[in-house]
Amino acid sequence: MRAVVAEDLFLLRDGLVRMLEAYDFEIAAAVESGPELARALAELEPDVAVVDVRLPPSFTDEGLQCALAARRAKPGLPILVLSQHVEQLYARELLADGSGGIGYLLKDRVFDADQFIDAVRRVAAGGTAMDPQVISQLLTRRSQDKPMGNLTPREKEVMELMAQGRSNAAIAAQLFVTERAVAKHTSNIFGKLDLPPSDDDNRRVLAVLAYLDRG
Amino acid sequence: MRVRNALRVSAQGFALGFVTLAGSITLFVATVLSIVFILLGIGLITTPYVLAAVRGFANWRRRIAGDWAGVTIPVPYRPFPPDLRPGFTGLVERCTLLLKDPATWRDLLWLFTDMTAGYVTSLFSFIFIPYGIYGSVLAAGVWRPIVNSGGNEWYAFIPVSSQSTANLAALLGLGFLVLAVFVNPALQRAHFLVARSLLAPTPQMALTARVERLTATRHDAVDTSAAELRRIERDLHDGAQARLVAMGMSLGTIEALIEKDPQQAKKMLSMARANSAEALAELRDLVRGIHPPVLAERGLGDAVRALALRMAMPVEVDVELPGRFEEPVESAAYFAISEVLTNAAKHARAERVWLDVHHADGTLRIAVTDNGQGGADTTAGTGLTGIERRLGAFDGVLAVSSPVGGPTMVTMEIPCDPYPVSSRRS
Repeated sequence: MRAVVAEDLFLLRDGLVRMLEAYDFEIAAAVESGPELARALAELEPDVAVVDVRLPPSFTDEGLQCALAARRAKPGLPILVLSQHVEQLYARELLADGSGGIGYLLKDRVFDADQFIDAVRRVAAGGTAMDPQVISQLLTRRSQDKPMGNLTPREKEVMELMAQGRSNAAIAAQLFVTERAVAKHTSNIFGKLDLPPSDDDNRRVLAVLAYLDRG
Repeated sequence: MRVRNALRVSAQGFALGFVTLAGSITLFVATVLSIVFILLGIGLITTPYVLAAVRGFANWRRRIAGDWAGVTIPVPYRPFPPDLRPGFTGLVERCTLLLKDPATWRDLLWLFTDMTAGYVTSLFSFIFIPYGIYGSVLAAGVWRPIVNSGGNEWYAFIPVSSQSTANLAALLGLGFLVLAVFVNPALQRAHFLVARSLLAPTPQMALTARVERLTATRHDAVDTSAAELRRIERDLHDGAQARLVAMGMSLGTIEALIEKDPQQAKKMLSMARANSAEALAELRDLVRGIHPPVLAERGLGDAVRALALRMAMPVEVDVELPGRFEEPVESAAYFAISEVLTNAAKHARAERVWLDVHHADGTLRIAVTDNGQGGADTTAGTGLTGIERRLGAFDGVLAVSSPVGGPTMVTMEIPCDPYPVSSRRS
């Protein structure tokens, strides 16, 4: 799998490249600025890009803008956005096109290499990877405003993991239950929240995120 | 339009002439007497009240100068210190302060000018129209009974003794009416300009007031930033720094254990990792408190949108900004909004908040309205005073309307100019 890495701090860029290489990714390009990233995304056709929100030369949200522009040009281009902080505002913008293949994680998540690589692979496969902090912010807000249907605590847990973009199998592994139990929970959740059922993992995630964000 | 304007000015001139004569003379005499009676002691008690009336009268004139003639007259009075004593000593203190304020003496001078020059100008702005009409009235036949009864009627410089001279008077009256249309507004303006020459602060007074304000706000700004730095230092010292020390120790122990007790070493490694994650989270919060990332990345508009999304209650945001502002201004505005929103959630227990941010006429205007229980007090709460100080450094102001039972409305204004957003790839 060919990946593009965009990160301006040498130590982090180097660390990301090493980690991805260790998990058998091929690094198509490792760049350190917005214009370089835009060129790499347009010309190299990577399978996935890992992009820092803040990049030179402007040191504003240049990476995020690049990612959004590249996805406008090539819908569904898989990009995982990394940041020192997560904002619902940015998550909303990344999810707005509803085409999947998008991730938004705190930089801290690279501490757990297995989980991080799992997120990169999920995004590359057209899935979603949302930071748990984004989800928990959405949930707090939601529960203050309107109670969340009458989900059982277990169902809430499942929904939280689902909103992060985890597959049924991954949720089952994390909660130490069978996949069939997770499937039952998810169909209950969709019933209680009045969402149209869907077999497609990714569409399901986007539906839940949209539901939470509507608050 | 011009005619109606001249008529309006004439009516206002009538009112002004009456008021300048009655009000200014009364107040002038009262003030002089009260100040003389200070020698007898009684004046100490009466003077503050009399001068308060004078200031009220002068302020009314300042206000109508703006409303009627568009002449702005700033208020020059020095503010009273907040810790005036109550009772008799307070009155004496107040009396001394008032007499030390040069604006008081200028007010007195104005009262005198107002009943002379002020009266004359207001009279002239009034008189042309009725007098002009009177010319026609004479010509219509009123001259006859006057002359018949032996009266000696002069219309301006025309001795009216026959129909032909009365007709001349009517013609001159017409001239007065035309004159009124053109000079009435100018005369009214003259009246208020005379008032302004004494009621507005002298350049020196304005400068003194400005210097006093700058000294106060600079003092506040230095204080606030010193307190901020102390807080940051403490947070770093107790938080991230301490965690890094703990991590270093753990790593040392792990190094020693790794061969003897790999199991234990592994456990400590995961602890060290958790520690580093916590240190990061703490640093992130700290950074948010110093300069929120979205503010740096996107400017005030998106930063308050992101802030609104973080609040527990729904916040309706309406932002309309022409560009970005100087960073210190953006930062002050952001933290002020953040504080007000927190207050709404914590103290007012609001369920809904409306946030309006826009820029017009060189001023950034922010209004935060909530449906909470109200009763916020600028003088009691340290939060609102803090905001006032923060904004003060930029000549910004804060106004709070918060009746008990709600709703609370906080408005803030900061004079500032945007610079256009540099062209951005998108």
